[in-house]
Amino acid sequence: MSEEVAAEILTTHILDLARSGRRLDGRGLDDYRKSSVVPGFVASADGSALARIGETAVLCGIKLEPGKPYPDTPNAGTLTTNAELVPLSSPMFEPGPPHPRAIEVSRVVDRAIRAAETIDLTKLCVTSGEKCWTCYVDMHVLDHSGNIIDTASLAALGALAHTTMPNVRFGVAEADAPLAIQHYPVECTFARLGEAIVIDPSVEEEGAANGRLTIATDEAGNVVAMQKGLIGAFSPDDVKSLVDRAFRHGDRQRRLAKDA
Amino acid sequence: MGSVGAKDVPVLMSPDGKRIDGRRADELRPLAITAGALKQADGSAFVEWGANKVMAAVYGPREVHPRHLQQNNKAIVQCRYNMAAFSVDERKRPGLDRRSQEISKVIAEAFESVIFVEEFPRTSIDVYIEVLQANAGTRCAGLVAASVALADAGIPMVDLVPAVAVGKVADSIVLDLKKEEDNYGSADLPMALVPQSGRLVLLQMEGHMTRDELHRALDLGVAGCRKIYDVMRQALLDKYRADGPAPGVAA
Repeated sequence: MSEEVAAEILTTHILDLARSGRRLDGRGLDDYRKSSVVPGFVASADGSALARIGETAVLCGIKLEPGKPYPDTPNAGTLTTNAELVPLSSPMFEPGPPHPRAIEVSRVVDRAIRAAETIDLTKLCVTSGEKCWTCYVDMHVLDHSGNIIDTASLAALGALAHTTMPNVRFGVAEADAPLAIQHYPVECTFARLGEAIVIDPSVEEEGAANGRLTIATDEAGNVVAMQKGLIGAFSPDDVKSLVDRAFRHGDRQRRLAKDA
Repeated sequence: MGSVGAKDVPVLMSPDGKRIDGRRADELRPLAITAGALKQADGSAFVEWGANKVMAAVYGPREVHPRHLQQNNKAIVQCRYNMAAFSVDERKRPGLDRRSQEISKVIAEAFESVIFVEEFPRTSIDVYIEVLQANAGTRCAGLVAASVALADAGIPMVDLVPAVAVGKVADSIVLDLKKEEDNYGSADLPMALVPQSGRLVLLQMEGHMTRDELHRALDLGVAGCRKIYDVMRQALLDKYRADGPAPGVAA
């Protein structure tokens, strides 16, 4: 019970702060935490990146393996995305089958990568209907201090942008080649705290939030994916103004993955 | 979406602005809702929407299973959105895949945003959605059915929650995508509205939309939701009016 009371006091405090435009960690409502992308974190992967947003850390590893195209897309390779919220990263996470929360993270990141046509899947086809590359995007959450979705998406993009196709290992071509990136989608997540809407919520803010909205943008001015989560609601006007905020922050985050 | 390597793309929009099934951009598919379609459930509804057939049932507030999910200060809302193996062209493997689990999560969150959960501490309100025949927009059809079922179960809520998907086909923003438009279109944006507050409790999107297109899509979706709301209300009025038809699965 005392834990519940403490959580309620913290929620009240966070909402009080937000009402006057302040946040628990001293940020303004539209301040993103300092983010970074370190590519090539694991040598065993064909591409990898460790992304950090504040103290949240997600490691993404890419593996390319030969596979078979889906019957309805014989001329395209395949993309498989998975996120693991391992118990090491938070007292909230428990071992066991994937929690709906983990499934949501991987599907929201997958949606942005796919919809933005980040990689040209037809280039992953080796022989039509017979042989293609399967691109596995595996994300491991290491430290959950809030806003896993944006951190995971940044890690995935950073890893994809630094992936080498293992042509030699699988006898597909004479030399390995970099995986070509067509577009750079990044996710930008907001949380409603009372009537205020903050960007890049911390884990404490997520606990107090009444509604979360993730907006993925590409470098060409398109919104490519959205996901509302948690209990709460946004007006259409809220969504419209958050799209503008997502575009404003997106370009900086995109550069982190691209130029890392 | 899913157009990679696709063949035989149909004409989605005729030169005179008619869609593949003859609808205008802002036109809904025919929608019929039967409130109280099941006997055992505390509340239920059957929705036929275009070629979708979706049944929803609500149980509760009742004891929480599994027990550790119980909350001392409010009811929890659990949702299971499931597609029947025979609901799609190619047989679907039975059980909840990742897509179904994600949809279950966002629908449960949408309802928990409108139900007065504080009134029923330590209980669970269980929402079951079975998609029997699918033709795009099943999460919205399921949400509409479940919302009417919640009202039929007498669960106190802020409002009914109408839902619809807006999309982009052949560079036009259109309301209520059917299967071909979903498969070959370039964006899909399902949403659920709380008419009373004017706020969205479910919002997802996939595809390509500029800022301006997204604005128009939101406005079109809100207008569509308000039309669906009228059908939902009428379904409840039909059931609870003294001379209403007897409950039972829609003929």
